[in-house]
This record gives sequence, C-alpha cells and structure tokens, in this order.
Amino acid sequence: MPEVTIDWYVALSVILFSIGALGVLLRRNAIILFMSIEMMLNAANLAFVAFARHLGDLDGQVLVFFVITVAAAEVAVGLVLIVTIFRTKKSINIDEIHLMKG
Amino acid sequence: MGNPIVFGILAIIAIASALGMLLSRNAVHSALFLVLNFSTIAVLYLILNAPFIAMVQITVYAGAIMVLFLFVIMLLGAEQLRGVRGDWRGSERWQQLLAGVLTVTLLIVFAVVLFQGGGATGSGVTAVDTSPSALGLRLFEAYLLPFELTGVLLLAAMIGVVVLNKTKKRG
Repeated sequence: MPEVTIDWYVALSVILFSIGALGVLLRRNAIILFMSIEMMLNAANLAFVAFARHLGDLDGQVLVFFVITVAAAEVAVGLVLIVTIFRTKKSINIDEIHLMKG
Repeated sequence: MGNPIVFGILAIIAIASALGMLLSRNAVHSALFLVLNFSTIAVLYLILNAPFIAMVQITVYAGAIMVLFLFVIMLLGAEQLRGVRGDWRGSERWQQLLAGVLTVTLLIVFAVVLFQGGGATGSGVTAVDTSPSALGLRLFEAYLLPFELTGVLLLAAMIGVVVLNKTKKRG
C-alpha cells in the first residue's frame, strides 16, 4: 500500500485551487464568484497545514489562522458590497456591473 | 500522514463537492456543497495533526462565513435572479474556451513544479506539539504584532460594513 506523502496533499490543493479559479472565470453570479475565491483560499490553507506537518513546524498553522481571519473580513465587506450593488442595479450579474457610478 | 484509503475517500468527496459548487445552478445548492467541501478539509486538518485549525475551520468557515453567504443569498433571492438564468451556460463561447485553456495551463504548471521536486522524502513524522495552547503561545510570542494588526483589520472591516450598509433616510 502506498504511503501518503506531502505530494498527495499538494496535488489535492492544486486541484481545488484550479476548480476555484475556473469558477471565478466561468460563473457570472457575484456570490458564486466569492465562494470560488473562498475555495482558492482554502486550497492554499490545506497546502500550508500539510507543509507544517511535513516540516514539523508550527508556523504554517499560525499562517492559516491569519488567512482565515482575513478571509472572514473580506467576505463581510464583499457581501455588503454585493447587497449595496443589488439595491441600486437589481442584479448581481457581474457582466451588468460595469459603471463606477450607479 | 494518514491512511491512503481514507485520504482517497476524502479527496474524492472534496473534489466532487467543489465541482458541485461550480456546476450547480442554484446558489443555495452551491453554498451547501461548499459547506461539505470545508468540512472535508477540516477532517484532513485533523489527519494532519492540526486539531485547533480544524475546529476553527468548522466554526468560522463552515459556520459563520457560510451562514453569512446563505443569509445574503436568501435576502436577495439570488437563486432566481434574472442574471443567473444565463449564468455560465449563457456566457460567450470564447470566454468558456479561454477559461478552460487558462485552467489547464495552471494545472500543467503546477504539475511540472510538483514533479520536478522529485517527490518528498518520507512522511513528515517529526513530533511537534500542535495543541491549542502551543499554538496560542506561538501566536502571542512570535506573531504578536501581526495578531494585533489582525484585530485592527477586523475593526476596519466592521466599520466598513456598517458605513456601506447605511441607507439614506427617506422623507
């Protein structure tokens, strides 16, 4: 039976990151776009934790802690922007949001 | 670093739920697929000897952030917006092709980097204390300044949300 190495985790992280990137490129719904960004952050976190385990160092986990905090702040601000845009334009399709002023 | 069978099952669930998030037409379904994905990754954190991060992942990501997403989706009724009908099936052909090409390029670049490394030597079995108290000590000793900056960032985000969400008084 093969042994699970760091490569497996990095490969899984790469696949999840690519799916997230594909979501950002393909989808037009701003909320789904944000979810894809969250998934990319999560893929990076997985790589961080895997390397922290591999190298026997705690710093990777501390960095993941910071990434999660920043992601929480980013989601709060991003979602309120979506709500504000929806109030004026009645749409969250990013193709229709191309004006700086309502 | 874990049992291959367990890792395989978890990886398949994670990738399948990620694809479900990408492909489902209903935004609520996407959010629920993403919750499944986050939970799977939390289990992987547990396997990787990171119990505190796993719990933070479940409470903050799968709990708080996804509840926020679901609130906004249901507040806007975004699962049945007119913009969503033409979503991703309605986007232009060349856009889809370009997105596919870019993603495949990304995967190829990552794969080349991964295989050039020649594979990792052994599984990291260096015993290190990853208990929440050890993590907290590290956070408050070596990373004190970033930790405080994070507090300022959260405060700024909170004020920003309150200011942006303020509606003009009518009449």
